[in-house]
Amino acid sequence: MDAFTTLNGLVAPLDRANVDTDQIIPKQYLKSIKRTGFGDYLFDAWRFLDQGTMGMTPNERQINREFSLNLPVYQGASILIARDNFGCGSSREHAVWALKEFGFRAVLAPSFADIFFGNCFKNGVLPIALPEEIIDDLFKRVTTGLTLSIDLRTQTLMDGEHVHIFQIDPALKEKMLTGMDDIDLTLAEAELIRSFEAGHRQRQPWLFRG
Amino acid sequence: MSSKPKTLYDKIWESHEVGRRSDGNSLLYVDLQLLHEVTSPQAFEGLQLAGRPLWRVDANLATPDHNVPTSGRALGFDGITDEVALEQVVTLDKNCKAFGVQQFEILDPRQGIVHVVGPEQGATMPGMTVVCGDSHTSTHGAFAALAQGIGTSEVEHVMATQCLVQNKAKNFAVIVTGALSEGVTAKDLVLAIIGRLGTAGATGHTIEYRGEAIRQLSMEGRMTLCNMSIEAGARAGLVAVDDTTINYIHGRPFAPKGELWNQAEDYWRTLVSDEGAVFDASITIDASTIAPQVSWGTSPEMVAGIDDVVPDPKDMKDGVQAESTERALTYMNLQPGQKITDIAVSRIFIGSCTNARIEDLRAAAAQIRGGKIASNVSEALVVPGSGLVKAQAEAEGLAQQFIDAGFQWRSAGCSMCLGMNPDQLGEGEHCASTSNRNFEGRQGYGGRTHLVSPAMAAAAAINGHFVDIRNSQHQEVEAG
Ligand code: SF4
Repeated sequence: MDAFTTLNGLVAPLDRANVDTDQIIPKQYLKSIKRTGFGDYLFDAWRFLDQGTMGMTPNERQINREFSLNLPVYQGASILIARDNFGCGSSREHAVWALKEFGFRAVLAPSFADIFFGNCFKNGVLPIALPEEIIDDLFKRVTTGLTLSIDLRTQTLMDGEHVHIFQIDPALKEKMLTGMDDIDLTLAEAELIRSFEAGHRQRQPWLFRG
Repeated sequence: MSSKPKTLYDKIWESHEVGRRSDGNSLLYVDLQLLHEVTSPQAFEGLQLAGRPLWRVDANLATPDHNVPTSGRALGFDGITDEVALEQVVTLDKNCKAFGVQQFEILDPRQGIVHVVGPEQGATMPGMTVVCGDSHTSTHGAFAALAQGIGTSEVEHVMATQCLVQNKAKNFAVIVTGALSEGVTAKDLVLAIIGRLGTAGATGHTIEYRGEAIRQLSMEGRMTLCNMSIEAGARAGLVAVDDTTINYIHGRPFAPKGELWNQAEDYWRTLVSDEGAVFDASITIDASTIAPQVSWGTSPEMVAGIDDVVPDPKDMKDGVQAESTERALTYMNLQPGQKITDIAVSRIFIGSCTNARIEDLRAAAAQIRGGKIASNVSEALVVPGSGLVKAQAEAEGLAQQFIDAGFQWRSAGCSMCLGMNPDQLGEGEHCASTSNRNFEGRQGYGGRTHLVSPAMAAAAAINGHFVDIRNSQHQEVEAG
């Protein structure tokens, strides 16, 4: 996984609450058996006016010039600001793959849905939950081309002169900073798992078919 | 051991906690991983690339469901015309064979929607931890199993380690007192609950559904209820074990037999929250106040009773809520104040892991009463949740009733719940759907979904618009 330490980037807004993963990446693009190739279809029904199919490139599409991410001022943005409950709905990790491939490495919102939140950390995309007032303020100022600096080590978000401290689970922070592989980490405890498993099999033998 | 009263969630959690890390996260042992074609290929590939084996082959069970066509099933793979979809279904098949995972493949009579198949086979048992790369894994909580949807990286993690790394969620009690009225089902109940809680109302929590009304629900009803827990933001939903649970599991293919059954049953009976257990949050709802529900917007919390009207954004104090309501009404092409019964539908979808079990099909068929689908309804699909549900519905004569009324009788799969296969809603079409999500474009680009119960969907098919099925039942009693 890609590690995440600092990010200095342009901010783009998505001013809607309860953005679900069906909007982040619609189902017609989920048929791929790969982890890549989803960025072109991020927020597909909002970025484009026509109905796309897998394999089409943005050049072949009808761009929705009014949608925030298509406005010239937000081109090249790597930080997304959003509203409450971002990433609700389907568990599809494709949503995070699409955001990342499109260029977003951090999402700032008042709250996130659980599964999406977890999926972000598996892919080096940092979700930061911030108080509503701060998000509101960022939405007000984003239109003139706002850049922010995020430093995960110090858990700070630099916004011009303002510094916001954000909260993050220490384990998730460590994982992001080092980019370490979850599976390796857990397999280091293989003995513990095996001994638990043996006891579990004794207590509830009906759970084991093999 | 402390004697502090525990919730059902606490009990299942504790019995699966392999260890706790210094950072506060736990390693949680997983008993069953269900697999389908959409969220598993990248996980299998990751496993292969790293040269890792499956930790426990017998803890995995697979079936293709999202992409499979619902007509021409006898053709098997050849019936899948979309090449990319075909590759996905074939990849699942190959992976299952390569890793030795049991699969109900496309032509197996037991194939179906993964969340219908697991319980039907008795593979889902009380006290288990169940995961699947699918948010509606919460369905299995009906069996007092801790069942959670996970992302693809976690699917791979469970394949390789048999564990999840997690911190414990909080306990949320949804208490439903009284009894549901005639014509009001578990689907209406869960829609009403989501309407109350909001789509993020239970984020970070595991819900336990409690109270008289829950005890009266069948297992099918409890599955419908737990299925949509994710739509309230919950990590999982649970219902405690009782006779209904035990009777449902007994005799199913994966269920323990003989002495092992007795041993299992004794343990399962302990899977209830202790008297005095503390919940971090709770709400109480009186079941008798709930009317059949219809969603009018683009989020499952946007619901109203059948006897109600579409809300007016002008009446809303919260600015963000007013704006999302307005946006939803524009997308849905509905007017503030419009009566719910005045919403016309041109498509009907009876299916999905929420409502495609036998009881759902019986309830839907009961609304036909010799009628035909309305002239403004261009297509009405009935898609059973599994091949076995399909066979049973055919044996009970339900299939023929649907066909006679003008419904299309299809083969099992997710179908128009998300429209990854050819079953899709057209732009601007209104659909009465028994599925679980009414997000923009969920059932097809530009499609307008109204979430309802199977009985409400069938009644809408016959009438061409939503009707209060409580009234029609009343009328029938008078007429009869
Ligand atoms: S029926 Fe719908 S919600 Fe259920 S698993 Fe299939 S796509 Fe997901």
